[in-house]
Amino acid sequence: MQKTPLIELCNISYTYPHNHTPILKNLNFSVFEKNVGIIGSNGCGKTTFFQIIVGLLVPDKGQLVFQGTSVKDKADLRALRKEVGFLFQNSDDQLFSPTVIEDVAFGPLNLGFDPAAAREIAMETLDDLGLSGFEERVTHKLSGGEKKLVALATILAMKPKMLLLDEPTNNLDPETRGRLIGILQRLDLYQIIISHDWDFLSQTNSILYQIEHGHIHRCEEDHIHVHSHIHKAGDHPHRHDLKH
Amino acid sequence: MDEHFARGNSLLHKRDPKAKIISAAALVAVTATSNSFAVAGASLILGIALFFLTKLPAQLVLKRLLAVNGFTFFLWLTLPLTYGGSEFTSIGPVSISIEGLRLATLITLKTNGIVLSIIALLGTSRISSIGHALESLHLPQKLCFILLFSYRYIFVIYQEYRRLARAATMRCFVPSTTIHTYRTFGYLFGMTLIKSWNRATRIHQAMVLRGFDGHLIPLSQDRYSTADTYFLSTMMILTATLAMLNFA
Repeated sequence: MQKTPLIELCNISYTYPHNHTPILKNLNFSVFEKNVGIIGSNGCGKTTFFQIIVGLLVPDKGQLVFQGTSVKDKADLRALRKEVGFLFQNSDDQLFSPTVIEDVAFGPLNLGFDPAAAREIAMETLDDLGLSGFEERVTHKLSGGEKKLVALATILAMKPKMLLLDEPTNNLDPETRGRLIGILQRLDLYQIIISHDWDFLSQTNSILYQIEHGHIHRCEEDHIHVHSHIHKAGDHPHRHDLKH
Repeated sequence: MDEHFARGNSLLHKRDPKAKIISAAALVAVTATSNSFAVAGASLILGIALFFLTKLPAQLVLKRLLAVNGFTFFLWLTLPLTYGGSEFTSIGPVSISIEGLRLATLITLKTNGIVLSIIALLGTSRISSIGHALESLHLPQKLCFILLFSYRYIFVIYQEYRRLARAATMRCFVPSTTIHTYRTFGYLFGMTLIKSWNRATRIHQAMVLRGFDGHLIPLSQDRYSTADTYFLSTMMILTATLAMLNFA
């Protein structure tokens, strides 16, 4: 375990506007493990949790701490967002440039790299994810799986220390899913993964946390395990009931 | 969405979009405001000449021209009958005016000239280059953003609308002239609007997370070369000559 966690949430509460019950209540969380999986039922606040980490939502109460210092202003947020990449659930929300290369280079350009350097970083990143040749492809015409991988490239191009992945395997075919798992296993980054895909969580060796009633708690160690069994379409991602 | 015209390697494709935008704006302004046949005719010839410089397949452009002339066709139907002035000839009780015919011809020449020039000058650059070029020509940044983002998302929004419309069709919705139909379309449009709004919010979030602070930095720097200066000068001389024809 390290001394200072990259990200720390202290006593965070958040209530959506026009809502009475808070979605997160006095939530405390700090990242020590490299791979964290987050589970929880629909609407329990998993995505809200991510949005608070990257400062897209400002908590009503509590503190967001980045590398040991409390995040207060825009400059702090910029520093945090450089280091923490957020892969959205829907890649169409993430890819907004006409071509792949422009989208991947967008982050580096904003970080102050000149166009030639940004292009180089983008090419390297695409290359690294096995996406060379995709540079001039039109983003909205990519397949769902390709979009997901390109969206990941746009984030990795900023060379973050941590990845927040919001249901990354949703709607991916087994092949792309396998490719994504391979990439994530290879990356030496902190990863927090929201997923309903048990098998995926176990393959990324995640320590599991569950968000429930506005709180987050660590699941028991033996909670996750892999079944070997046969049934129809068994090589497809599937889930089993949470309660065993 | 395919930007067919932007693919190519002709003289015009290689020109800097800034030079092409200025040329097109000047040419269109002179042509559109002119009332002279000489100018309209000359601009059509110039449009055709520019188009040949692009080396684009003629069929594609003819299709576009056909669409545009769908509009001028209606002018031919109405102007000669309604414009008044001196009579050219009459068919029964209907008189056809000379001024009406003249105006319809003038508009047709101008329209085709302008469309050809725009295809040749602006169509040969990608929308994103044009957006960035407009920005570097110091047009209001917000308008440039709107151009760039409309281009990227209009298709996505359309698909979203189609999905909703299909869902309605799946539940046996058949449009007719009833309040139910109007209400349903109202819901469909309203829902598309809300979804687009939400999507816009999420896209903005994605951009902010990657360090966006209000400035889009173009990746491909179009380099303004001496050839562009020559091109722009030639276009300006031609356009000035056209403007002079007004007074000839």
